[in-house]
Amino acid sequence: MRIFKTVGLLVLLAIFIAFPQVFPNPAVTTIAIFALMFAAATTGWNIFSGYTGYISLGHAAYFGLGAYALALICQHWNIPGGYVPFMLVPVAGLAAAIFAIPLGWISLRVRRHTFVVITIAMFFIFQLLAYNLTDITNGSIGLGLPIPITWGGVFFNYPFYYVILAILLVTIAISWWVRNSKYGLGLLAIRDDEDRALGLGVKTGPSKLTAFVISAFIVGMVGAVWAYYVESIYPPTAFDATFDVALALMAFLGGLGTISGPILGALLLETTQQYFTLQFDSPGYYLIAYGGLFLIVILLLPRGVIPTLSGRWAKYQIARQQGRQERATLVPVLPTPGGGADSVERKEGINL
Amino acid sequence: MFSLIIEGIILGILTGGVYALMASGLTLVFGVMDIINVGQGALVILGAYLSYFLEQRLHIDLFLGLLLTMPFMFGLGLLIEILFIRPIKRDRTMLSILVTFGIALIIEGIVNLIFTADNVKLQAWYVTASFKVGGFYLAYIYVFGFLLAVVLLGGLYWLLYRTKFGYGLRASMQNRTAAELIGINVERVSAITFGIGIALAAAGGMAYGATNAFNAGSAYDLISRLLAIIIFGGMGSLPGALIAAVGMLVVEDVTSVIWSPVWASTVFFILLVIILLLRPQGLLGKLEARKQ
Repeated sequence: MRIFKTVGLLVLLAIFIAFPQVFPNPAVTTIAIFALMFAAATTGWNIFSGYTGYISLGHAAYFGLGAYALALICQHWNIPGGYVPFMLVPVAGLAAAIFAIPLGWISLRVRRHTFVVITIAMFFIFQLLAYNLTDITNGSIGLGLPIPITWGGVFFNYPFYYVILAILLVTIAISWWVRNSKYGLGLLAIRDDEDRALGLGVKTGPSKLTAFVISAFIVGMVGAVWAYYVESIYPPTAFDATFDVALALMAFLGGLGTISGPILGALLLETTQQYFTLQFDSPGYYLIAYGGLFLIVILLLPRGVIPTLSGRWAKYQIARQQGRQERATLVPVLPTPGGGADSVERKEGINL
Repeated sequence: MFSLIIEGIILGILTGGVYALMASGLTLVFGVMDIINVGQGALVILGAYLSYFLEQRLHIDLFLGLLLTMPFMFGLGLLIEILFIRPIKRDRTMLSILVTFGIALIIEGIVNLIFTADNVKLQAWYVTASFKVGGFYLAYIYVFGFLLAVVLLGGLYWLLYRTKFGYGLRASMQNRTAAELIGINVERVSAITFGIGIALAAAGGMAYGATNAFNAGSAYDLISRLLAIIIFGGMGSLPGALIAAVGMLVVEDVTSVIWSPVWASTVFFILLVIILLLRPQGLLGKLEARKQ
């Protein structure tokens, strides 16, 4: 089984690496780049919100901070377009992470609903600052980023594609490591019962804050790549309220707190969204379609695709094994599917 | 300078009443149903557009029009609750935020299609006419809007504290399960509460639309302020929401007259963060008990 899994993952990786070569059409690679950006950002978001259960609806603030950080660095040092701005992407992510330390410390003093609402409020503070600090951010006129003039035609998308793919892989590695470490177990314990986790010796405060800063760092890096890709940024696009909710929706769609769930959710949803945008010229139809999709996903698949599917698969396996055992006239001692399985599953989270 | 501050305070109190109207629906719904209706901003804008439609096409006065729009929005609230909120069984709080956001997007889309994205403002004689108080002019709509808020909030107070439905509602707020055990139909109370919250949003929307130019995108600005108000006041506390709404608008208006309008909301949000540092549960909120 393990070999199958490894081979499957390698094949998947090969498909992702070969994708722009197979479909060199810029329209397709553009959608792929946006989908990968959201996959990386959602996975980063999931490291904090999925594992700890603290749903943040303010990560667009770190996306915007990353974007503005890269734009300001490039402007300040007159960095030309090319590969250099990519080197500065981690610096931009770091800037977002530094901002996340005090903000996380403040907002993590509260829990549940109040936490959600505080993250929203903080996001709006940053949007307002981007509008109002005209000396730094240029206000609503926005900032421009260096344009890589030498990358023409089909080639233009390639560097962005591979850079964002690399960020996604790093993010998945971090997410996987967190999920399989003692530190990650602490985060999951916080999700299940924070006070009990504290009683059992999990350092809840520093754990939550670290996860928050890590996810802000990743989202900030994605914001920086996004800014370089779209070439000019404005307060409402860099600090976008729908981005906040998009991350949460993608994670919910795929399966909150799993490793593959957010990636799947982002790839599915972002491609559909790009398709809707291309399909409908009026923003009205697009909003209605997107909102409708939202409602359908949440009402029909409240647990997400991955947990629903793997739950089904586990039940099927148990049923099959029991059938086999009955044929072999052994005494059926395996626990029956259903029953209390649901609550156990939710607590453990499914690690795929 | 001094008269400017007085002007800011008076204006803040008058508009604060309107915000209290919108926020009271939000905090009431949270208290009873444990959900955050992030669609409240879009519903306020929808209410404003309904008033706009009645006034432009049918020439119905804004305040008379409320007799039509508020029952309509109440019905819409019942419908949303029954169709979309009630089916959520697990993780209600978080999923309800996403569901109501989806509803907000749909409303924004519909409003965009019908009324386009151009800014509009509600028109009536009392929107343009003004009278002199002290050293400055004040449009009648501010006073009328404030009076509307006082009347409706008074009605809400009467409903909550003087009727049988109100007892049921407050019981559901205190403890859902226990309320069900003593024979209160909590589902029905929830639906009606949601309807009331949205009807109040419609009334607030009319007053908002008469004092500000708006389009579908104004919903984002509104919801951020409304959420800030209800956290400031303490989630689920009605008096807290009233105090916070008036306090916020006074701070904003005073900042905007003595400093600059662009910094007005930033000052409020920063104040909010400071207050939460000192008192995480908000002004009148209860500390959250350990969840089982």
